[in-house]
Amino acid sequence: MTNAVELRNITLAYGSFVAVENVSLSIEKGTFLTLLGPSGCGKTTILRSIAGLVNPTAGDIEIAGRRVNDVPIHKRNIGLVFQNYALFPHKTIFDNIGFGLKYRNVPKPAIAAKVKRALEIVRLPGVEKKLPSELSGGQQQRIALARAIVIEPDVLLLDEPLSALDANLRDEMRVELKQIQRQTGITTIFVTHDQGEALAMSDRVVVMNRGRIEQMGSPFDVYEHPQTEFVAGFLGNANFLQATVVAMQGEAVQVRLAGGANLLVGGGHARPVKPGDAVKVVVRAEKVVVTPECTVPIMARIVDVDYLGALARYEVELAGGQRLRALSSLHEKARSLGETVGVGIDPEHCRIL
Amino acid sequence: MNESARGWGLIKLVTFLVYLFMFAPIIVVLILSFNASQFGGFPMTGFSLHWYGELMQNESVVRAFKTSLWIGIVTALVCTTIGTMAALALVRYEFPGKHWVNALIVGPVLVPETVLGVGLLLANRAAGMKANFGLLLLGHILLSLPYVVLVVQARLIGVKRVYEEAALSLGANRLQAFREITMPLIMPAVLAGLLLAFTISFDNVSASVFWRPPGVETMPTEILGMLKVSISPQINALGALMIVITVGLPLLGGALARLTIRRQTKA
Repeated sequence: MTNAVELRNITLAYGSFVAVENVSLSIEKGTFLTLLGPSGCGKTTILRSIAGLVNPTAGDIEIAGRRVNDVPIHKRNIGLVFQNYALFPHKTIFDNIGFGLKYRNVPKPAIAAKVKRALEIVRLPGVEKKLPSELSGGQQQRIALARAIVIEPDVLLLDEPLSALDANLRDEMRVELKQIQRQTGITTIFVTHDQGEALAMSDRVVVMNRGRIEQMGSPFDVYEHPQTEFVAGFLGNANFLQATVVAMQGEAVQVRLAGGANLLVGGGHARPVKPGDAVKVVVRAEKVVVTPECTVPIMARIVDVDYLGALARYEVELAGGQRLRALSSLHEKARSLGETVGVGIDPEHCRIL
Repeated sequence: MNESARGWGLIKLVTFLVYLFMFAPIIVVLILSFNASQFGGFPMTGFSLHWYGELMQNESVVRAFKTSLWIGIVTALVCTTIGTMAALALVRYEFPGKHWVNALIVGPVLVPETVLGVGLLLANRAAGMKANFGLLLLGHILLSLPYVVLVVQARLIGVKRVYEEAALSLGANRLQAFREITMPLIMPAVLAGLLLAFTISFDNVSASVFWRPPGVETMPTEILGMLKVSISPQINALGALMIVITVGLPLLGGALARLTIRRQTKA
């Protein structure tokens, strides 16, 4: 089976600035893939090069098995949704959604039927005669989505489509977008800098930084098994601990923290290690357990407390002066500043980078 | 009366005087054009359309009017076409020397018209040509073009490229995207540019005197010629017509443009 989209060694440079460097990516048909990264990481540039709005300096782009490097944008059969909707302000909703069909020689009655169906999919039936300015932001974005999917594109490209919406609407649209994608089965590439969106919506997440792919995998994979410090730091709330490898215990690794405490790392390692190596151990804040019992091997002192209602965020200092952030759900009173506590870290949830 | 009320009173008075100063001459011309008197001044001796009638009988005036109309229309059409294309190139495309072109294109606005008039005439001489109708037309195009470019450019910057990109992604080619999306969105500015170009051409006197071939009069040069002989009340009637055309057209254009924009962005 051919992939929906195939990028081979894509490089894109503007003069001396390299926006995308040697990126290869295969996207299976029907996948919801997210390009995630900070602004300027090259994710939008990749999206625009798939769309044909920019041309890669080197490398090949294939859509549905066809090399499209020299195919102009209007012959690529893609659906594009922009951050600010880009609905044609002088055309009715009907003409907006029907726009792409007009250039595909779809007969008039069929256009009307398809537009009606698209409006049902985005759950806005009956707005055909309105102008875009008569709809709210969320509704406009649904129309933009309808306009992009009605042409049955080979791939749907979404450029931060939720970022112009306010928080509540964004969550609602996020769920709906995912449902529509599942329902239609259109291969979708979604660009965002919001890790929450990426984790919640995607089948696959591609984390990008400085024009390169840092890691790709399922949302669970990239969150639980980060390959690089950047990925660990960008997704969620990570602690990095300096440590030295003491011994290998089968799959697990025994390390000694800078303060002298021992820690068992069972979450794997990004590269091979041997005893004596200096390593960085990553552990997520919500996986650090703060307990009053002093039975656990690592002792710490609380140096900062943020009371968040359902949660508390602690900053604790270990014996060697290293600090750790811990996010715990509160079943009882929050610990207080200066208290000495035990810090429990499940071996499963720490990982060597 | 407290101090702030007195201050406001003063502001109102000054405002009134400024407007009076600006509009009194125009109003006087409009009123006097209906004066029945033999002389083109006050006092009014009665209401009459006599001078308008005389004007229609005056062959040289009618000829000059037709000349001006023709030049104005051709200037407007040529300037709008070239000006819109230039604005598109300057806003949407990158090419070497863009900054220079951008600066030079507004040049004719900055150079005094008289200088421009003499300059074009001398250039024409140097090329071995006498003043002719083509030169006159070319001069008017030169004068009006920058305004069209500036007006369309300003609107084009406001029409984000993303609309065109959306149209392209949906399968329209560049020409179709321009016709369906860009053109309707910049239409108000294009119309405004069209009317502006016509008005500038129709009004122009200082450059026209240099460029017109012998025997050809435009409306403003005709009026100038008439004034040399005598102040006939016909001139008041003629002035009133000129005012209606050159003030009315841009106002009409502005209203049309606002209407289109409101329809596009109806809340």
